[in-house]
This record gives sequence, C-alpha cells and structure tokens, in this order.
Amino acid sequence: MEDKPWREMGLTDEEYERICSLLGREPNHLELGMFAVMWSEHCSYKNSRPVLRLFPTKAPWVLQGPGENAGVVDIGDGQAVVFKIESHNHPSAIEPFQGAATGVGGIVRDIFAMGARPIALLDSLRFGPLSEPRNRYLFSGVVGGIAWYGNCLGLPTVGGEVYFDPSYSGNPLVNAMCIGLIEHQKLRRGLAAGVGNAVMLVGARTGRDGIHGATFASEELGEASESRRPAVQVGDPFREKLLVEACLALIEEDLLVGMQDLGAAGLTSAGSEMASRAGTGMELDVARVPRREEGMTPYEVMLSESQERMLVVPRRGCEERVREILERWDLEATVIGRVTADGSFRILEADKVVAEVPVRALTSDCPVYKRERRRPDYLEALQQYDLSALPEPGDYNRVLLDLLGSPNIASKEWVYRQYDFMVRTDTVVGPGSDAAVLRIKGAKKGLALTTDGNGRYCYLDPEMGGAIAVAEAARNLSCCGARPLAITNCLNFGNPEKPEVAWQFYHVVLGMSRACEALETPVTGGNVSFYNETGGKAIYPTPVVGMVGLLSDVSRRCTQGFRQEGDVIVLLGETLDEIGGSEYLAVVHGLVAGRPPRLDLDKEKRVQQVVRAAIQQGLVEAAHDCAEGGLAVALAEMALSGNLGARVDLSGDLPPSRFLFSESQSRVLLAARPEKAGEVLALAKAAGVAATGIGFCGGDRVVISHRGTGLIDLALEEMAAKWRGSLPNCLG
Amino acid sequence: MQFGVIVFPGSNCDHDVYHAVGAVLGQPVEYIWHAEKSLRGFDCIILPGGFSYGDYLRAGAIARFANIMPAVVDFARRGGLVLGICNGFQILLEAGLLPGAMRKNDCLQFRCQDVYLKVENNHLPFTLKFKGGEVIRLPIAHGEGNYFADPATLAELEENGQVVFRYCTPAGEVTAAANPNGSVANIAGIVNREGNVLGLMPHPERAAEEILGNTDGLKLLASIVEWWEGGGRYGG
Repeated sequence: MEDKPWREMGLTDEEYERICSLLGREPNHLELGMFAVMWSEHCSYKNSRPVLRLFPTKAPWVLQGPGENAGVVDIGDGQAVVFKIESHNHPSAIEPFQGAATGVGGIVRDIFAMGARPIALLDSLRFGPLSEPRNRYLFSGVVGGIAWYGNCLGLPTVGGEVYFDPSYSGNPLVNAMCIGLIEHQKLRRGLAAGVGNAVMLVGARTGRDGIHGATFASEELGEASESRRPAVQVGDPFREKLLVEACLALIEEDLLVGMQDLGAAGLTSAGSEMASRAGTGMELDVARVPRREEGMTPYEVMLSESQERMLVVPRRGCEERVREILERWDLEATVIGRVTADGSFRILEADKVVAEVPVRALTSDCPVYKRERRRPDYLEALQQYDLSALPEPGDYNRVLLDLLGSPNIASKEWVYRQYDFMVRTDTVVGPGSDAAVLRIKGAKKGLALTTDGNGRYCYLDPEMGGAIAVAEAARNLSCCGARPLAITNCLNFGNPEKPEVAWQFYHVVLGMSRACEALETPVTGGNVSFYNETGGKAIYPTPVVGMVGLLSDVSRRCTQGFRQEGDVIVLLGETLDEIGGSEYLAVVHGLVAGRPPRLDLDKEKRVQQVVRAAIQQGLVEAAHDCAEGGLAVALAEMALSGNLGARVDLSGDLPPSRFLFSESQSRVLLAARPEKAGEVLALAKAAGVAATGIGFCGGDRVVISHRGTGLIDLALEEMAAKWRGSLPNCLG
Repeated sequence: MQFGVIVFPGSNCDHDVYHAVGAVLGQPVEYIWHAEKSLRGFDCIILPGGFSYGDYLRAGAIARFANIMPAVVDFARRGGLVLGICNGFQILLEAGLLPGAMRKNDCLQFRCQDVYLKVENNHLPFTLKFKGGEVIRLPIAHGEGNYFADPATLAELEENGQVVFRYCTPAGEVTAAANPNGSVANIAGIVNREGNVLGLMPHPERAAEEILGNTDGLKLLASIVEWWEGGGRYGG
C-alpha cells in the first residue's frame, strides 16, 4: 500500500498505468492528486457515460444540453431558463447541516456561472424512517442547512419532495436544484478562450476544506466515513450572495470570455474543464492564490474545495474593472494565471513548475468502464409476490388516516415553513401543490417547476420506475397548466462495480429515456451519484427528475385545492389492480413487493394534453394527479388543500383496496363547475381518454362509496390532524 | 414622492420592495448603496429585508455601522419617514432608532408563513389607509423575530400607541397561539415616539399584488404616499 499511493486516492493500478503512459513518465504527488479527483466517478462519469448516451438531449427549444455548467431552454421573448440538479449525498450523511447547505451553494454557482440570475430552488430528499434518532438528526440537519443557505441568499425554495424508507438509513439523499433566468445574449459558457487572457480567481479565499471531496463522493460510506468529515466543506451564504451580485454585474458589463464555478475538485477541475472546452491550455500559479491559512502546499491549493469561489477569464484589458466590481462587493479578484495555446495544464509555484499535464488527459482520457450487468436475484421473488392473497382491510377510514399520516404522504409544511419560499415575490404557487409556479415580472407567462422520483418503483422494476419518474414530473406540471419543456436529473445509485447495480442503472436510464422521448422533454444535464451504500447495502435505485414547464398565461394556472361547493369531480384515466410498490402496501401490509404500476406512454401523453387543454380553456377549478396513496389520498389532498369536502361514488369490479389505493398511472382528478363539466368530458372523449364524473365538492367531509355502499366517511378536521400533525409528531 | 431603498451587503428584499414601490405603486424609487453618506432628495427611506452582513454576530448588529447609517439617523431625527422591514426592523433596533431588541424565534427555527395582524394604530403615515383594529394578513419570513422590550419600555410603547401591529387570530384575538415567534405582547411592529420611524417583521412588499394573492401590504405602502400627497410633513 505504501508504495502505491494512488490506491489511497481511489485510483486502480490500471488507471495508474494509464496515467503513466499518457504522461510518458510517473506523475508526481500533485499530478497524481489531480488525476485522482478528475478521474473520480463524480468528475469523470467513467462508469455512467456510455449509459447516459441513451438520453435524448435535443429539441428546438433546448439551447444548451449536457456538458456545460447547466442546461438551458428557450421560453420565448429572448428569455431562457437555466437549470440543473446535483447531489450532495455523502457530505450530508456525515455532516447534514453543512453538507446540505454547500449542496445548495454549489448548484446556485452552476446557474450564475452561465450568466443567469438564480430565481428559485427545489430540494429532493430521502431519509431512513424517522423512528430512528439518527435519521431524525439527519433530516432536521439537512432541512436546517438548506434553510440557512437558501434563505440568506434570498432565493425562494419553492418545492421538492421528501421520502422516507429504510433503504436510505445511513445514506440519505440530498439533491438540490436551482433555476435561473437569463436573456439569450447574456449566456456565458465555461470557456478559457483567447490565448494570453488572464485567469482570475474571484470570491472567497482558499483554505484546506473539502480536499478530496470528489473522491469521497465516489466511494461507499462505511465506518471510516466519519473520519472524512474534513472532506465536507463549510459554507458562507453571505459571501455567496455577494458573489452572485458581483458576477452578474460582470456579465451585465460584458467583461467576461468565460466563467466557471469551483465545486468538486476545486481549481483542478475548473481550470482544466475551462481549457478543455475551449481547446486551449492554462497556466496557474498557486503562489498567487489568496489563502485563508498559512503553509498550504500546491497540492492543497489545487485540490481545495473551499466554497464561494469562481474562476473567470476576463476579456483582454478588463481585469481592472473586474477587480473594481468585486471590491465593491467586498470580494477579492486575483489574476492567478493565463490561457495558453499548448493544451497543457501547467501549475507553477512562483517560478517553479510543480505540475504539468495535458488538459485532455485530465478531462477526456479517463478510462470509461462498461460495467458488467446482471439482473438482481431479488427481483424474481418480489415481482411474483402474490398480492391477491392479501386480506382486504376491515376499516377503510383507518387505512386512509394511516396513509395521510405516513411521512411519505403527510403534509411537508414542517419542512417548507423553514424555507423562505416567497422572497423575490414571484412565487404564485408555493410548496404543497403538484408543482411550484413562478410568474415572470413584466411578462404574461410563468414557469412551473417540480422534482419527482419513486425509488420503490425503481427497485421493483427499474425501467418502469425510471419512466414513471419522468411521466409523473410531467403530469405534475400539466396539472398546473404548464407545458413540460425539459429535465435535469440526479441519478442516485449504489456501487456501479456491482453487476446488479449496473443493471439497475442501465434500466432506469432506459426507462427515463423512453419517457423523455415520448413526452418530448429532453435531458439537459444533471449528475450521477454512485456508491450510495452503507455496510455493503445499496439504496433503492433513485433517479430524481427535475422538470421545468412553461405556462403561456400564468393567470390561467391551476392548483390542487377544491374551490367551490357543487363543482363536479372528474377522474381522467382508469384505475387498475396495481398495488405493487404502493404506499398502501408498505403502510398497511408492511410490504415492498409486486410490480409497480404499468405506464403506457401514449396514454400518458394524451391524458396530459387533455389536462392542459382543459386548464388553458378555463374549464377547470382544480387539478391533482393520483400518485402515492392512489385516488383516495389524491381526493383527500384536494379537499384538505382547499378546505372543502367531497362526496364521490365509484364503480368497477375491483376490490375496494384497489380502486381506493391502487397507484395506477396516467390518472388525474379535476374539479369543474357543473356547466363546464360536459366540455371537460368531451375534451377527454375526443382525445380517447377515459373520463368519469365521480362526484361533487362540498361540505366538510370526504365521503367515498362504491355503487352506493359507504367505504370512507371522514371529517376534514380529523384528516387534517393526521396529515398536518404527522411530521411534527415524528420529530417531537 | 421620492423613495430610497438602502442596499446593504446581504440585503435580499431590496428588489422586491423596489418593485412594489416603483412598478406597483408607481412612485419614483432609487437604490441607495450602503457606502453612501447622504440621503438628500429622498422623502421616505426603506431598509429592506435580508441578511445584511450575513446576520453574523446578531441580526442587524453590523449593518448599524454602515456608512449610510449616520445619515439615516439624522434623516429620522429631522422627521423623515423611515420604514424598516424584517432585517430593516432589526437594523433600526440595533441603531437605536426604535427601542427593544430581537431574539431568535422561540421555536428556534426560521418561519415562513402568512400571519394575521391587528392594526393597533391607524393614525400614522404608514397606516392611515387601515381601519383602527382592522385585521390584515401579511407574510413573515425570519429566524430572529422574537421582539423583546423590558417592562418599563413596553409600558411606554403601549401608553404612547407605539405598538402598531400585533400578531392575532383571523378573528383578531391576540393569543399565544397566534404568535409565531414568541414576541413580547405579540408585537409585530412598532413606531418611534414621533411616529415617523416604523419597524415591522412582516413583509408588506410580498402582499402588494393580486397575483400574489394578497394586497394588504400595498395598503401600508400606499398610506405613505397618501399621507405625503395630503401635505403630511414631519420636522424639516
């Protein structure tokens, strides 16, 4: 081990050999460190790249696909939306508050690195059950960290999700998404172009924090992970706020050739990636990097993941103006190097060369692994599980209350009341509906935003689960009246060197790709997070889809709460015998088994078209998709959100547990004024979508019967106590 | 009527209040950089919400030393209208323009939600469009909004009608359950003795447009304009 230092840094013997052959010599310690971080899975995607090629990435409205700091889609009128989601799972498992906070900080820098003004955040979170103290600690810490960083930045956290399952105990998922707004001509890329141009480091000083964070993110969590705490960065949201304003001022004055944030792998990654994109080289002098601590070695400077820093390449002659603007915001800007022509990434310490490697060797020559794939053994038994043998519950009221109190379904107000979701005064639909909606000041249009991903479905059928993640995200947007435009994704998986995990990964991506294709929502980027394992056990395969949609008229937005007595409730789509992987199965029978619901992409597309058309034509008062907990829970959520009851009668020949709690896809509940219900039904019929009037809004109870026989009859108050009280009660 | 919005490093509601005063209310408004030293030409100064200087040390504790603050104190002493919202309120307390102090919310967490407020004093330039005792709804978003004043100061505030807004139920009852942060006497906003410096934790600028679902906050901003246009002047 002692004479093989690369192993300590996470490189294999073969990878080391390859580095030697690329350099024509053995690398020195610094060069080895640079290769180790750049060739980590986190930076190189060496295990995922071949599979990610399955994703469709193009559409006329996609201005920037994968490969940049963030994706960009056109929203008309010369405006564009910049967005990306990224994981910060490993740091959050060790130090939840700072881990989550710096996750937010990192994704925000990706957005303004493109020149865009960040306008909103979403967070998709997964934890183990709250019955365990460690999970409560992680959950409160993560939420607190997101609140601390996002609130201070003045960015509204407008949505996201939280799910709990034993599979995430010890390895929580923290995926942060940021959305920015920009005028097309201000778009910037992370380019180190123009030989001889200065390279400037702006923002915070460089310290010893986060060294080898990217490597840490690319290994399994174990008992030794606690000692990785120094690899977790510490955030300073105040400084980030200054950095946002200063960098946007640089864009406003058109002073830059390129800009890139310093995230994973710090200067090593930012410098080499900027040069790589531009096809240039770069020379950096670590002696000129402003330090927070004394005695730092070149190795520490080049690998530090200190937060709130950006690398910029100013236009020739603009260096002084860049410095002035940064100074106005009490920040430093220092020329630390220059763009070169020789394709080499040369690191100096004053006048001594301490490292010199080809840029492309770091960014592009990393080996790519096509991992062996094997269908996991667990699938056969779980998918064949005989769910029809399970007994019907005796008391459906009890079941609905238990589901409403399940932390996966319960109101997430405990979480979002800690986030400032209103700052910037653009949030017109905040957390707690299917998707968040932002208005755009001075325009008629609006943006709809959501995240989605059901790990349980993906565990039981990766391909179907992957497709459903995309379909449900799109359905959420459609339920607001928005046209889905594109996605970003965070792919959270176990160790890809295990054939079963590689198989899950491949099939999830395949399913997602098919859904993206069918629903015309290409992938514009994202992030892969492997090695989410503790004690050798992987999390559920968990893709998180972050989706952006456009409302042509934001005044026509729709929400999920019932609005008026007498409105007709219409169910679009059909309920089938599909309780596999459902929340009902988990809560009532303690089971994660069966096949997840089937998704017919053609049907899905038509259902969503009907929903959007009905909303745009002003026919609909409320809309909500049927997801976890099925129709009964969706109905209860609409009633609770609108503080107005409902009375519905269902038909069909399924057992009650099925038509109440089955999670069949492509179903949406709509509420319409009685005089407009006919038009809604006609729209559906024309599109070949099943639509049934099932009841009416009114009163202060939710009453569900089957062909006149009562099944559920609950007061709103009683349901609200369960739904709203669950998370606060779990957390004491 | 010329409004000025002070921008401290870390202010983050400066754009919002600028939008509410300028685009919604249609009044001239300018940003004032914290390093400036003069407030000449302004008729009303707004200290916006946010996290000035990161709220490090204590909310508002560093901002009170900003270059612009002596001018704000002078402007207020000469009778100019000063409105501090959220972090702006905290800064006014730290600067001694309003009495009392702010502690962390009693729940020890940040709180973002709508609250109901009872308008206790509608005879001010900031509140004349409200009815006395009117119940309004405004959003709050803060981690340190737990107002405190010692009993003597509190008695003085009450006696002089300086308590302007109190957290209440939708029906207007001032109860412990309606208090989102533990503030003494459910205080959400106070005014100085002279009536020209108002500080409040809720955000009127977030409730200033139909599309945001609430225009109660616009009434507060519009009161200022109405008072001014009606010839209202303080000091000079």
